[in-house]
Amino acid sequence: MKRVLVILGFFGGLVVLWQALVSAGLWSPVLLPPPADVARYLWRAIVDGSLAEASWITMKRLMLGYVIGCVLGLPLGLATARSKYLSDTVGVLALGLQTLPSVCWVPLALLWFGQTETAMLFVVVMGTLWSVLIAVDNGARNLPPIYVRAARTMGSKGLHTLVKVILPASLPFVVSGMKQGWAFAWRSLMAAEIYVTILTGYGLGHLLHFGRELNAMDQVIGVMLIIVLIGLLADKVLFSPWEKFLQKRWGTGK
Amino acid sequence: MSTSDELQILPPSKLVVDHVTKSFHTQRGWLKALDDVSLTVDEGEFVCLVGPSGCGKSTLLNLIAGLDTPESGTLSCDGMPITTTGRDRGVMFQEHALFPWLDVLGNVLFGLNLKPSLNKAERVEIARYYLQLVGLGRFIHANVHELSGGMKQRVALARALAPNPRILCMDEPFAALDAMTREQLYADLQRIWDQRKKTIIFVTHNVREAVCLGDRVVLFSPNPGRIREQFRIDLQRPRDINSVELAEHATEITRALKQHNAKREVAE
Repeated sequence: MKRVLVILGFFGGLVVLWQALVSAGLWSPVLLPPPADVARYLWRAIVDGSLAEASWITMKRLMLGYVIGCVLGLPLGLATARSKYLSDTVGVLALGLQTLPSVCWVPLALLWFGQTETAMLFVVVMGTLWSVLIAVDNGARNLPPIYVRAARTMGSKGLHTLVKVILPASLPFVVSGMKQGWAFAWRSLMAAEIYVTILTGYGLGHLLHFGRELNAMDQVIGVMLIIVLIGLLADKVLFSPWEKFLQKRWGTGK
Repeated sequence: MSTSDELQILPPSKLVVDHVTKSFHTQRGWLKALDDVSLTVDEGEFVCLVGPSGCGKSTLLNLIAGLDTPESGTLSCDGMPITTTGRDRGVMFQEHALFPWLDVLGNVLFGLNLKPSLNKAERVEIARYYLQLVGLGRFIHANVHELSGGMKQRVALARALAPNPRILCMDEPFAALDAMTREQLYADLQRIWDQRKKTIIFVTHNVREAVCLGDRVVLFSPNPGRIREQFRIDLQRPRDINSVELAEHATEITRALKQHNAKREVAE
């Protein structure tokens, strides 16, 4: 109960501060609209369905790209950790591409795929894949060898060892890699949506972009709030259970 | 197969190590960890391998466990050559090596899950039996990080026993524990050995521990790793590590150990 009060107090305080700054009249209301205006925009956008539609389109793109990135990244990361050749080739490639900010993929995706969903998907996959790959590789590589030895003495080998020992043993790395992959995917998709106008559906990034074009600051701030909210929600829904499991079993983070 | 079949006491194995040699490449060149070592361990015998570090006792244990292969010579278990790991040989390491992603029960089930003849309920029943045997019946759902060092080694013992091996290989399993915990585990291990009838190969650098547990103490010396001397310990069981007779045996063996070391240093 006390925690809830603290949280409500903090965010309520932020809104009050915002309103106070608006009332002080330091900036034009075009640049800094009062909270009520933003709330009004959000309410309208919720009622006319445009916010839900944009969120749905964005989430669809994000989930599809993210799942593809993870499905490719997980086995590749395990493979590069186990094979010297793969690590010298695919591993180095991944390391290099991971340092590339994912927004840099946007021009290339545009030229290759045009203003299409494929371009969006490509950017999200590129944002996810490399960081997941590297995190899993790192996890599998830093595994205490005693786990595999112990498993061997109990009759585990080959695929069984990979799935029942190496993969779960790298779980702390896998989860942090997937979390990082999520953050990168989210960033790259927003960049892609802001830069690329496509006709197959407007996402949250597009709403943000149109807000800027129309000088509609209430829309810009409103959409930004929604983007932050989705990020928070994804963290709680997708990763919190895993982190709780890690905390319980490994006893970390206490 | 039923639970009682799986839990039946299997006859322990006879182990034969025949002229085994094994070298390792180190920064200072090739190290002969084992030089023409031969050893026979009888069915149900408790043999302790003792010696200073680098004498090859752990290397020999790894070969018996099948985690490594010899350069020359052969090892066999009940006449069958040892080429790789097998469920007839359970292993316990100095580190507990428990899997942190599983709870206590999950760890003990790991080896049992690889036995296709059992169903889930039977596996759980067997795992519970072994956890009770090592005194952890009340901790089956605990997480590994919540256990003390001694409890972790107890789980590791239950995990090694669960697939019902005929040989138990133990590589300094109690070395990292405090003295009180160790003494309790000596008593428990002797009881379990008596109950489950295993052949046990126990590596340690603690002579008293070896005398307390072993039917026979095999003394190793390093560079190259060889068996120097063997001592039969005929003390009555269960043995108390603090008893006077035990201390006398330990003193005798320690003296021999020092003599071999001194001879080696003179020779060098």
